[in-house]
Amino acid sequence: MSLNNSEAVMYNDTVVRQFSIMAVIWGVVGMLVGVIIAAQLYIPELNLGLPWTSFGRLRPLHTNAVIFAFGGCTLFATSYYVVQRTCQTRLFGGSLASFTFWAWQLVIVAAAVSLPLGFTQGKEYAELEWPIDILIAVTWVSYAIVFFGTIGKRKVKVKHIYVANWFFGAFIIAVALLHIVNSAAIPADFMKSYSAYAGVQDAMVQWWYGHNAVGFFLTAGFLGIMYYFVPKQVERPVYSYRLSIVHFWALIFTYMWAGPHHLHYTALPDWTQSLGMVFSLILLAPSWGGMINGMMTMSGAWHKLRSDPILRFLIVSLSFYGMSTFEGPMMAIKTVNALSHYTDWTVGHVHSGALGWVGLVSMGALYYMIPRLFGQKQMYSVKAIELHFWMATIGIVLYIAAMWIAGVMQGLMWRGVNPDGTLTYTFVESVKATYPFYALRLLGGLLYLGGMVVMLWNVLKTASNGQSVNVPVPPVAAHA
Amino acid sequence: MSDFDFTSSFWPLFISAITVLGILGCALLLWLTNKTKVQQTQDMSTGHVWDGDLREMNNPLPRWWVWMFIITIVFSVFYLIIYPGLGAYQGKLGWTQVNQFEAEMAKAEEVTKPLYDKFIAMSVEEVAADEQAMAIGGRLFLNNCAQCHGSDARGSKGFPNLTDHDWLYGGEPETIKATLTNGRIGMMPPMAAMVGSEDDVKNVANYVLSLSNSQHDAARAELGKEKFMVCAACHGPDGKGNQMMGAPNLTDGIWLHGAGEKNIIAMINNGKMNQMPAQGDKLSEAQIHVLTGYVWGLSNK
Repeated sequence: MSLNNSEAVMYNDTVVRQFSIMAVIWGVVGMLVGVIIAAQLYIPELNLGLPWTSFGRLRPLHTNAVIFAFGGCTLFATSYYVVQRTCQTRLFGGSLASFTFWAWQLVIVAAAVSLPLGFTQGKEYAELEWPIDILIAVTWVSYAIVFFGTIGKRKVKVKHIYVANWFFGAFIIAVALLHIVNSAAIPADFMKSYSAYAGVQDAMVQWWYGHNAVGFFLTAGFLGIMYYFVPKQVERPVYSYRLSIVHFWALIFTYMWAGPHHLHYTALPDWTQSLGMVFSLILLAPSWGGMINGMMTMSGAWHKLRSDPILRFLIVSLSFYGMSTFEGPMMAIKTVNALSHYTDWTVGHVHSGALGWVGLVSMGALYYMIPRLFGQKQMYSVKAIELHFWMATIGIVLYIAAMWIAGVMQGLMWRGVNPDGTLTYTFVESVKATYPFYALRLLGGLLYLGGMVVMLWNVLKTASNGQSVNVPVPPVAAHA
Repeated sequence: MSDFDFTSSFWPLFISAITVLGILGCALLLWLTNKTKVQQTQDMSTGHVWDGDLREMNNPLPRWWVWMFIITIVFSVFYLIIYPGLGAYQGKLGWTQVNQFEAEMAKAEEVTKPLYDKFIAMSVEEVAADEQAMAIGGRLFLNNCAQCHGSDARGSKGFPNLTDHDWLYGGEPETIKATLTNGRIGMMPPMAAMVGSEDDVKNVANYVLSLSNSQHDAARAELGKEKFMVCAACHGPDGKGNQMMGAPNLTDGIWLHGAGEKNIIAMINNGKMNQMPAQGDKLSEAQIHVLTGYVWGLSNK
């Protein structure tokens, strides 16, 4: 086959490079804020007595920075990289991809300024005020146009859409839906608005959003990453196509129902709570489908784990994914939730997913892409990848072990009742008992952040030693 | 309004239908995918290739995984038969979270009733002398009162010290019990307009300080004495306060909202609203009885 014009069409990797570098930088920033608030829980005076640096304002800054800045940039970078290569065509929409980069950075900067200043809608993971929400919506629709436009003009001989793109596509559509519905608000003035919903309905909409932010932003999107970078790095085919089908459809259907498990034993009607619980349980198998498909792709190539630190990031991330998607349904059971709710166990659970799954799979994918984006064979220092892996893994283990113990301890202390009907412990006693675990968690967080700093150094070295390369889209072969 | 009231009869049907169809849909998806035979190519892959070397095999679904999926589906079906979930259907057990709460509270009440019956038959003074009652009272205090009054009951700015014999509303057992049950709302109105000029306010503040022999400007205190008459309506002509309305004694050197001229001037200018929340809905009568003994005992040992 011949090309219509003499110049070969290039993949648009400029936007991938931009998002990749910013992912690493925002990763360091977001995790640093996390370490600061972890330190504040241990030494409260570290809030400096200032409103802008108080826990209540820095905590949403941390969650927004790691989820939407670090995670978001990683998702943009990888989805743009993957969709072009698996559709064998340049990104659709010309400079619209570039717009998504600059607009997303503007959203992040607006968040980094407005959250410490105290502007918030008060909805967890949806704190940003309405003008920023509108910018997010515009950016996200542009992202959808670029992504689905690229799918639409795919050139590959096989018209099948690659499984990674199913997940990226589901993530993009669902996040648009979630963001627009949950952020519906009536503006009172610039940077102040009131939710369009009231009372328990507002709570339900919020946790429908909140849980699916986990399900689609932090799970489906990152499964898309997994489905490209694991088989690429292992150089083995994906384990089972039919497993992909059943776990994809079951996952995206079931996740939509699981939100009410965040509102067990509240004003939410009993029937709604029950539905949230049973669908959370049904979600276990579809979640594990992704883990199995990734893990089993390794069959016949397990020895590669010994020599390949990037593969280790990817595979260990799948183990944490399996662990936290087992833990989640268990915590959604009412009797378990009665113990775990409002304790640090929840914090531990979130971080086993966030640090273990989302963090490690992102790092693995970035370590795969960055040398290729800068015309290098491998990262500047493979030893540094190794070091990063161990710092991150030990950090996660310390973090989640500390929070598990602290959480179960808090839950047991809060429900301790004397024979005379009085509570055995006061709340402040449970806070006091948690102190050693706050210290341990801080140590875990510091290690994880340290690993990320090593990565930043390694990435900058790799980028400055190489140069931006543009890869031509391979011509479509006459037969595949 | 109960959890099973819907705005129209459509919604419970809608909820039941999509729930049942959703669960059946998961089962059907699993069944169809599991039984489908896909033609294998020579290398066991589906024959699809992307990006040079990305292929996929089509291995059968792991058996244990299929069973895990089925078990969660079967569990869910039984759960939704037993518990509320399908719209207005209340479940075989008739369980609700409110029922569960009430049953657990009733059970606890039954267990602790003999104990509290013993205490409620005693006078507050007797309760205060009873070691077991005081241990319980102490725990009730730590979980319900210490947040404001402090673990040692010595209070802090704005929160009265309960150990010092200085009572805003009176320290008799019955008064303490009334305070605990119904709470109190203390209100000092802004008085600057009644007192007069800024200078008058300063003079009155110094007179107030002189009542307890606190550090004050004697000349200003003398000048402020006459203006104090507007304060006397509540605090009494001698400044010893009035427990009927919770007006503090100004002569005892105890300053709930801060000592010194500056704080007193601020109080005259701005007034103050302060609230002790009612515990009557939260604690049982018997618990309040024991707690009364504990609080009374703090300053009557």
